[in-house]
Amino acid sequence: MPRRTDLHRILLLGSGPIVIGQGAEFDYSGTQAAKALREEGFEVVLVNSNPATIMTDPEFAYRTYIEPVTPEFVELVIAREHPDALLPTMGGQTALNVALELADRGVLARHGVELIGANARAIRVAEDRALFSDAMRRIGLAVPVGGIAASYDEAEALLDRVGFPAIIRPSFTLGGTGGGVAYNRTEYEDVVRRGLDMSPTHQVLVEQSVLGWKEYELEVMRDHDDNVVIVCSIENIDPMGVHTGDSITVAPAMTLTDREYQRMRDAALAVIREIGVDAGGCNIQFAINPRDGTMLVIEMNPRVSRSSALASKATGYPIARIGAKLAVGYRLDEIANDITRTTPASFEPVLDYVVVKVPRFAFEKFAGADPRLTTQMKSVGESMAIGRTFKEAFQKGLRALESGRIGWVIGATPADDRLADDTVEALRGALRQPTPERVFQIKRAIMAGISLADLNEITAVDPWFLAEMQQLVDAEVWYAGLPAVEAHDGGTIRTMKQMGFSDRQLGDLRGEPEAVLRTRRWAADVRPAYKMVDTCAGEFPSATPYLYGSYDEESEAPRTGRRSVVILGSGPNRIGQGVEFDYCCVRAALALREQGFETIMINSNPETVSTDFDISDKLYFEPLTLEDVLEVIDREKPEGVIVQLGGQTPLKLTHGLAAAGIRILGTPPDAIDTAEDRRRFAMIADRLELHQPESGTATGPDEAAEIATRVGYPALLRPSYVLGGRAMQVVYDEPSLREYFARAVRASEERPVLIDRFLEDAFEADVDAIADGHQVVIGGVMQHIEDAGIHSGDSACVLPPYLIGERDLAIMRAQTVALAKALGVVGLINVQFAVKGGVVYVLEVNPRASRTIPFVSKAIGVPLAAVAARVMVGETLAEIGFTEEVVPPYVAVKEAVFPFSKFREFDPILGPEMRSTGEVMGISDSFGSAFAKAQLAADNGLPMEGAIFITVNDSDKSTVVPIARRFHEMDFRLFATEGTARYLRGRGIPAERVFKVHDGRPHAIDLIVNRDVQLLINTPLGKHAHRDDYSLRQAAIAHRVPYTTTLSAASAACDAILALRSRRPAVRSLQEWQALARGGADRPAAARPAAPFRPTPPDEQMAAVSP
Amino acid sequence: MVDRSMEPGFLLLEDGTLFRGRIRAGSAPRAAEVVFTTNMTGYQEVFTDPSYDGQIVVLTAPQIGNYGINQEDPESARPQIAGVVVRELSASHSNWRATGSLDAWLGEAQVPILTGVDTRRLTRHLRSDGVMRGVVMPGTDASDTARAALAACPAMEGLDLASRVSTRQPYTWGDPGAPRHVVAYDYGIKRNILRLFDSHGCRVTVVPATTPAEAVLERRPDGVFLSNGPGDPAAVAYAPRAVRAIARAGVPIFGICLGHQLIGLTFGGQTAKMPFGHHGGNHPVRELATGIVSITSQNHGFAVEGTADGIPGAPGLAVTHLNLNDGTVEGVRHRELPIFAVQYHPEAAPGPHDARPLFDVFLASMGATGRAGGSGRGALPEASEPSS
Repeated sequence: MPRRTDLHRILLLGSGPIVIGQGAEFDYSGTQAAKALREEGFEVVLVNSNPATIMTDPEFAYRTYIEPVTPEFVELVIAREHPDALLPTMGGQTALNVALELADRGVLARHGVELIGANARAIRVAEDRALFSDAMRRIGLAVPVGGIAASYDEAEALLDRVGFPAIIRPSFTLGGTGGGVAYNRTEYEDVVRRGLDMSPTHQVLVEQSVLGWKEYELEVMRDHDDNVVIVCSIENIDPMGVHTGDSITVAPAMTLTDREYQRMRDAALAVIREIGVDAGGCNIQFAINPRDGTMLVIEMNPRVSRSSALASKATGYPIARIGAKLAVGYRLDEIANDITRTTPASFEPVLDYVVVKVPRFAFEKFAGADPRLTTQMKSVGESMAIGRTFKEAFQKGLRALESGRIGWVIGATPADDRLADDTVEALRGALRQPTPERVFQIKRAIMAGISLADLNEITAVDPWFLAEMQQLVDAEVWYAGLPAVEAHDGGTIRTMKQMGFSDRQLGDLRGEPEAVLRTRRWAADVRPAYKMVDTCAGEFPSATPYLYGSYDEESEAPRTGRRSVVILGSGPNRIGQGVEFDYCCVRAALALREQGFETIMINSNPETVSTDFDISDKLYFEPLTLEDVLEVIDREKPEGVIVQLGGQTPLKLTHGLAAAGIRILGTPPDAIDTAEDRRRFAMIADRLELHQPESGTATGPDEAAEIATRVGYPALLRPSYVLGGRAMQVVYDEPSLREYFARAVRASEERPVLIDRFLEDAFEADVDAIADGHQVVIGGVMQHIEDAGIHSGDSACVLPPYLIGERDLAIMRAQTVALAKALGVVGLINVQFAVKGGVVYVLEVNPRASRTIPFVSKAIGVPLAAVAARVMVGETLAEIGFTEEVVPPYVAVKEAVFPFSKFREFDPILGPEMRSTGEVMGISDSFGSAFAKAQLAADNGLPMEGAIFITVNDSDKSTVVPIARRFHEMDFRLFATEGTARYLRGRGIPAERVFKVHDGRPHAIDLIVNRDVQLLINTPLGKHAHRDDYSLRQAAIAHRVPYTTTLSAASAACDAILALRSRRPAVRSLQEWQALARGGADRPAAARPAAPFRPTPPDEQMAAVSP
Repeated sequence: MVDRSMEPGFLLLEDGTLFRGRIRAGSAPRAAEVVFTTNMTGYQEVFTDPSYDGQIVVLTAPQIGNYGINQEDPESARPQIAGVVVRELSASHSNWRATGSLDAWLGEAQVPILTGVDTRRLTRHLRSDGVMRGVVMPGTDASDTARAALAACPAMEGLDLASRVSTRQPYTWGDPGAPRHVVAYDYGIKRNILRLFDSHGCRVTVVPATTPAEAVLERRPDGVFLSNGPGDPAAVAYAPRAVRAIARAGVPIFGICLGHQLIGLTFGGQTAKMPFGHHGGNHPVRELATGIVSITSQNHGFAVEGTADGIPGAPGLAVTHLNLNDGTVEGVRHRELPIFAVQYHPEAAPGPHDARPLFDVFLASMGATGRAGGSGRGALPEASEPSS
């Protein structure tokens, strides 16, 4: 059946903010789906609250709604747009849940909207564990023994059949949130109760543990005519018990015979037919008993997923794109294979290479969080690498992770590998429990002579993988022991490079610098060959240069002779460097392609849009290390390289690239250095007469203490050259300063620690601007909602600013322009300011894309990263036509989204170290309403009525008064701990006293547990933070009570509630908003928004956030 | 680090292209036609498939030997290939059914395996220049020995290899009390075909390739099966005569691969050598009548010439299946007689099971005794698993 002609307008749901378990992969799939539907002539209406995505850029849809992905808001969009169909399979669990809810509420039927891609029944059967188990039984497939429980009593009854260890999975949650493994009754009760809490249907599945079984996944596609293909098989190195998102995985499956593989394939076909995914893709997970081959079906996702993104990148078969076409009626054999362009999509890709995916974790940012890997996903990103053998891909994948390891290398100390000491006993003990470091512990174990049989027994990692790893260890020993003449031989070097060793690894093995190794390797002409990912193992010619490097003979990278530009991507997602940088790279690639350049992307992140093979002219799926990048550049000989759009990852390579004589496009490397170098930057600041907080640079604790005494406490400490505020901390006295040096950082001459006077209670603002070497144009000025001291990535912000005075804004704009000119910026620049006591301070200058670029671009309707790319290749802003700041006549709010519910042990307060994983945007005509939308989108449901619990530190007591008064005036009941209650009552605000946790009952936590309060206002910032507060915030997260830890956010919440109560929510598309911004662009550039955006008198607001 | 049991070796193609790798020390030179297969799993099935007789097989899957070898998966009694070329021969193996390593198993059968080769470069070369003969042997550069071995190696065109690999004596397979009796011509039959007949309630008498029709008809078969096999179908001159006689007797006939080509020739069609053939487990084939696309297992270097409209010279045959990648003929049916054939391998092994219902179609053509015909879908894996 060809394309359906009865559909015209299709509603596509995005996945909302990036959270653990639902990441950038849904931007990739959603963007593909939107493009595929548009090229078929459909009007795509998109709903997604995440501004950092490519899919939400206005040209990717007919109408783009940056609104919360909730049933309520999607219904508003449906009522306004009247789509014919809803495609729910591209936006993760979020989109699927919303679609199901809309179907259940009758909204879809009422508006005549058809679900395409997956019907409601299929979604329900796949998601509801009981229905799923029944379905599997009907087709004769085995599932783990277990059952569904809707209460702890029911769960307890299941234990008889299931036994310990037991696996607990909440229904309808993503990334296994709230799930876990229980080895005893206490753990069982904990995990079950938590799971019941977190499941939207208050159900958990309790299952027999198949810990240690081999784990596989198949990606399956099916069309309306029941044609089915398997796109890819994936084998997890970490066996059952570790979430697949947290496992190192390999494609294709490496240890299955054809008989076993075909049995799994047959089962997959039966599953997709029984569940009834009638036009689209799904992911099916299997467990195999390594002792006898028994196969169980673990789960099935009737939608695209992280694994389908990985499978698409691993095979070159674009699952989301094909899935979208199937959903609108095409058959698989009517769709072309985009890589070969001569064969149809109704085939199964074959691989002549090995793909390894490695998860990236962020435990260093969540001190105290449990680092054990279980069935609940904890990783925040991933790298993927392609090689001709597992060994090559495995080492490339590990170095692509950018976690400081240059391949499969053990840490300098046992602690680096999460070991108590370097004894074999410690090692054996640690190996039993999967953690992010286990793969390095395995190396230590092999080096220590623990047998592979033992290792298999302890870790359940398949012996084949262990043997491959053993070969790497053997190779190291062999190479390290060779006489120089043999080690320097080209044949030897090639042998080692074929096993994926980086130049640095090889250098380290023989005590030589990386550069020496590289010079020798080049002299011996041992260079990587670039091979194509072509879906067919070379059987058909490929038209698409999707390439990977391998030390093999024949390079296939085509040479076109066109003017080309290399864009360096941002590598694996991590906290502080996420999808927003990928957004910038993609915009640059698209813009330069349009300008006639051959665009060459280098990146290692399989989740992203940038690694979609049709975004750039050539895609090199390679690690972003100096070695790998230099090799690609040597092959491609581009006019230059763009390093300023991919975050810290490419920026760190600037020196090495420049030293190799490679042209860095845009802002010169020296300017990047100047901005990072405190001393050099201070000279510029002096010359421009800018204020900076008192500061200094220290390489040790004594020096630091001296500086802190000079600049005064509180002081802000941080290492140089970091992103996302890694190890950034505010200290209030010398002991905590010394502790910081003891615990948090290893300072050195090359990596000193920066010490700033911390501006407590200051306003902060971010300015993004763009410069072409002659002219500087402000992109946007954003005011942070949270005070200084909260990392800018974690702070909500608003554009245009609403509480900063005109004079201060003018100063910021002027200083940004002056800085851009003084540094010689060509491209983007971001400046962070603080305002305190009538003085504007410059906190930080970054001559590169900031993480707010996509947000600002959306808010003002100008694709800043695209403009920046064009400026970098020599166009002027005047030529491009962006010469004046656009101040939109509406309000855009960005809010951060946090992973605290995944790290239950961690104190969920905000600070200078960034901890958010994603962001959302709210746009409206008033601050309160925009902020409210952002809160809803971030899943911080604000109460319309009820009770508010206030407990603030002494210095905040006066500030909280106006906020409390407004809540009181809105008829909220107020609870407070004794001190706060007395203070409020003294100022005429009725507040009921509640016991602190240790003072009696009912106490504060009782109120939260019983859900007697609907909002918690708790400020811990300052030197007098209490342990009590910690358990309070923990309880709030566990019981899903919204909370705020800053008074500025509390005040904003007050505005938002007022806005929500005063009128019904309304939706408007980004295209419509941006048309307003364009209409308003002829106003004076510095014009401030008019008064209506301030729901409360400015004076009271000022009072609310600044004592 | 250097495995002492291996020494430098090479593959020299007849066009002079050289591919270096490593080979088991002391391997004798082997010359044969070089083909590549894109199967990602099932190397043991590939190596024991008699259709690969007289061929050096290049595996595009880069790491081979990972799961070792076992006793259940061979498709015949021994490795049939002339040689193997891989990117990396796995140094270890792991699988609960494994009984030994691939390397040792091939070594025992004296099949040379050249490892460490840029097999993608080799595959691309064969794809663009067509399959050709080659020689694998120890050494680093083309030698006179190599060239002599190549010169002595006959071209595949005109070679009747079927009679070489066929059984010398008839034998039976399956339950003697099974309700149906199939006589199978062995041109290089794969065991999984026999296993599937068995599991479908058929007793099979396997007869040599050259068996005359009368000898077959004497056995009073419910159906006759023409197996897969190696070599040039046009050289199997004795087959069409026998097939024609059996067809005339009204006995249902089912052909696979070489059997398909022989049916094409029997009824007047032509076969031709393909540039690089179809060898793999991912070929999409459309059934013209229903539009259904099956992912099929394939292994052939020759094809029946024709299009969707028919087979030139064979008006009695209708084309039932086409390959979606290159439009080649994948299946035919006789317009009047109960005869049909497919170019691909419904028995898989290795490869997907999508086409297995064709065995039911054959059964149905023998006269229904309760078993459902048609190309029904969704048959369960366990239900159709062969009892080996």
